[in-house]
Amino acid sequence: MRIRVDPDKCQGHARCYGLAPELFAVDDYGQASVIVDVVPAGLEEKAELAIANCPEYAIERIADD
Amino acid sequence: MTRTTPVSNWATDFDVLDPHYIADPFGIWDDLRSSCPIAHTDRRGSNWLPTRYEDVTAIAHDIEHFSSLKVAVIPVGEDDVDDAGGPALEYGLPPISSDPPLHTWTRRLLLPWFSHRRVESYVALTRDLCQKLLGGFVDDGRADAAADYAQQIPVRVIAHILGVSSDMSDSFTGWVRDILEFGDDPERRTRGSEQLLNYFVSQLEFRRQSPGDDLLSELLHTEVDGAPVPDSIVLGMAALVLIAGVDTTWSAIGSSLWHLATHPDDRERLVVEPDLLPTALEEFLRAYAPVTMARVVTGDVEFGGCPMKEGDKVLMNFPAANRDPEAFDHADAVLLDRAHNRHVAFGSGIHRCAGSNLARMELQVALEEWLAYIPKFTLEAGKEITWAGGQVRGPRVLPVVFQ
Repeated sequence: MRIRVDPDKCQGHARCYGLAPELFAVDDYGQASVIVDVVPAGLEEKAELAIANCPEYAIERIADD
Repeated sequence: MTRTTPVSNWATDFDVLDPHYIADPFGIWDDLRSSCPIAHTDRRGSNWLPTRYEDVTAIAHDIEHFSSLKVAVIPVGEDDVDDAGGPALEYGLPPISSDPPLHTWTRRLLLPWFSHRRVESYVALTRDLCQKLLGGFVDDGRADAAADYAQQIPVRVIAHILGVSSDMSDSFTGWVRDILEFGDDPERRTRGSEQLLNYFVSQLEFRRQSPGDDLLSELLHTEVDGAPVPDSIVLGMAALVLIAGVDTTWSAIGSSLWHLATHPDDRERLVVEPDLLPTALEEFLRAYAPVTMARVVTGDVEFGGCPMKEGDKVLMNFPAANRDPEAFDHADAVLLDRAHNRHVAFGSGIHRCAGSNLARMELQVALEEWLAYIPKFTLEAGKEITWAGGQVRGPRVLPVVFQ
């Protein structure tokens, strides 16, 4: 599973970081980013939670090639 | 001096200061959502009140048609000139009462003060404060959970961040209440904003001479595009941090304690499962979102079938959006373990509450410490609870008893 944060949609709510600090970082201005290439085994559920709690619908799955 | 006449038609003549609405708006929103999802009133100007999640978030993102130049839910005066801080503030209270480009750079100056990293450094101070407050009444067997506790916390943390004395907390609270809670009383609102601004004018002078490690000092000594930030903008930003950082979080803490005082199963569950608190507090924020902000219509536009005119206001009903069954399963139920919770208690779009990290931390610590000191409490029988509403909804008097 691979995910990304759309920087144009992210408004810095930081729900992703609160739910899954293993997967996301948030900078001093609130901009979130994904810090892993691939979601490690066992953290898929946390990634799904982050996706489902983002008020801006800013987190997306990257389709596998 | 709340001037309200009874409402007979909520779709065409709503009143956010109606006492029934302030005490229990949820059923009114449900009725509107299924019959007339964007209500209108001509009370205090032409105002629209969306109640659906989809509409509220769409308007929040449409900054072209819906400006933030007037954000007060209760306008002052017929022509609303006194909005957002009074005539002394040429630019109001940026970034909240501004659109890009002013919004963009003023917000960037504030955000680092409320980043996760920075907020982490305020935890010890907040916890110590909560423990001192609780220690002051835990042996009394009763307390006003709003006035003795919730109201006392955010104002002191904000004073620390601004770099002003927490001895002034009671004055700060009074001024902010005059501006937000009693905003329909022009005399009280003017008095509150004048006192607040006068205080910050003197603090700016002091910090200009003796800069400290605080937000006011940094704003005074920052350059944007090679020029210092104009004093009226520094003043507006300082006033915003105080006004927006006090009533709001205090209301969220108070509403959460009200819920726990009236729902013993939920209270017991949080005592047994403290790890659930971060999830539960998002649910408290969803179900009891304190804040409604206004937008002003920039030009005639039809939205959701409503003919909105230039100068109309839209009251951004984030609290009702959070109760929309189209957006949330069992929207009316408070489910402490709600896993999917895309609530918009902190708004949506570019005006997302700049202090949301701070508010979450204060709410977490305040509830954690309360439950540690007072795991079992109920409302005090026969005592009245009072709620404030309008711009910010939350309990103002909340008498509880405990062993």
